[in-house]
Amino acid sequence: MTALIEARDLWLKLGTQSVLRGVDLTLGAGEIVTIVGPNGSGKSTLLRTLLGALRPDRGLVTRAKGLRIGYIPQRLALDATLPLNVARFLALPKSRGRAATAAALARVDLAGFERRPLAGLSGGQMQRVLLARALLEAPQAILMDEPTQGLDQPGEAAFYRLLQEVRTETGAAVLMVSHDLHVVMAASDRVVCLNGHVCCEGAPAVVSNAPEYRALFGEGTQGALALYRHHHNHDGCDHA
Amino acid sequence: MLDDFLVRAALAGIGVSLATGPLGVFVVWRRMAYFGDATGHAAILGVALALASGLPIGLGSLLVAGAMALTVAALTGRGWAADTVLGVLAHSALAAGLVAISFVHGVRVDLQSFLFGDILAVSRMDLLFIWGGALLVVALIAWRWNRLLLSSVNADLATAAGERPARETLILTVALAVVVALSLKIVGALLISALLIIPAAAARPLARSPETMVVWATLMGAGAVLTGLWSSLTWDVPAGPAIVSASAALFLLAIMVGRLRRA
Repeated sequence: MTALIEARDLWLKLGTQSVLRGVDLTLGAGEIVTIVGPNGSGKSTLLRTLLGALRPDRGLVTRAKGLRIGYIPQRLALDATLPLNVARFLALPKSRGRAATAAALARVDLAGFERRPLAGLSGGQMQRVLLARALLEAPQAILMDEPTQGLDQPGEAAFYRLLQEVRTETGAAVLMVSHDLHVVMAASDRVVCLNGHVCCEGAPAVVSNAPEYRALFGEGTQGALALYRHHHNHDGCDHA
Repeated sequence: MLDDFLVRAALAGIGVSLATGPLGVFVVWRRMAYFGDATGHAAILGVALALASGLPIGLGSLLVAGAMALTVAALTGRGWAADTVLGVLAHSALAAGLVAISFVHGVRVDLQSFLFGDILAVSRMDLLFIWGGALLVVALIAWRWNRLLLSSVNADLATAAGERPARETLILTVALAVVVALSLKIVGALLISALLIIPAAAARPLARSPETMVVWATLMGAGAVLTGLWSSLTWDVPAGPAIVSASAALFLLAIMVGRLRRA
């Protein structure tokens, strides 16, 4: 397995707070990795460091040469004074052509949304526009920061199903931060629990047929979600 | 034609609007209003420096405004509580500049013209400086347009696309210092950021794309400058405040037109 992104012993302070303390993480080609952790555990910071938006104080991030990354930020804090429609947004910094843009929008079920103002989209539509934008990069890796925050559970499941289809079609690796400690995308190959450092990692439990799972999620999610059981074996990883 | 002080004043105002339009929209989109204030007020300190050292006023204010803009950009980049720090810097720079000017002896200083502008006293040299600077700013922003836009929407998206958003911030910072230096004579240090923000805000209800917003902001700026100039002549009021008042009136008008259009 070739590593697309490899982080070794990352340390990072933001202000006086030591946010990352010796984090190691590898994203292999085609892998789906979910990062979970309590608030303030450094999940977003880690993702932004892997992306190259933050520089670690110590440690090394190695990205494969010429790696194409599709990035989906936590939310797009678009200033209401900026008039931007979907097509124009997707054409930044350079246009991918009308046909490719239309195809990417159709892939995320937003066909014909080109001229809609970005500021008028719902949360779920915005997430799918961001996914379309990521797809236009022909990404080898898709990095996402809490992509389903603000969506209800059917919306979350639908987004994960779409993501899984896209993953199968493109073969891109997926690295995402999840806002839920225990519920993750079922297709995750690995779940990494972070709290300043890596507390534990493993595969999510495939329990979608268990009655408890149905009681929790109902039938509507069609197995897109799964539970992750934490198995911390050292101190400093307490969370709810 | 350039012998007429009115023609020079009008040309100077249009020149400044060419630069404040494209830069002003970014000041609004990126919420850099206080940033503009700090840089504008620092220009007064630059005037004091120029008077004391014999440098041209334009160069002095460009240098000090540039230093202030770079300082502010560096501080914000490091995650300082931007609002407070900018407030401290903006007003300290203005006060320090006023104190420093009072120490400069031997020069009869018309302080009012630096605070509120003196558009009717624009010389041919000033015109050259204003148009040269304005065209530089326009060229800079046109060259980086898409990148500036993306990094204003979201810096991390720009990073993911292989851009360096810090570089775009630096470009806007330099452009801001240039615009401050060349608007000093038109509206004065106190109201420079008003000339950046108000026309851009007035352009918003009329614009459907970033590009049309720039065009509207530029037209609004030029309209405000010419209207202000005319009022200044007619009623003998200071040109700078007259220009800013005119742009405020245009802002109200634009909001009403925007409402009517949507209704």
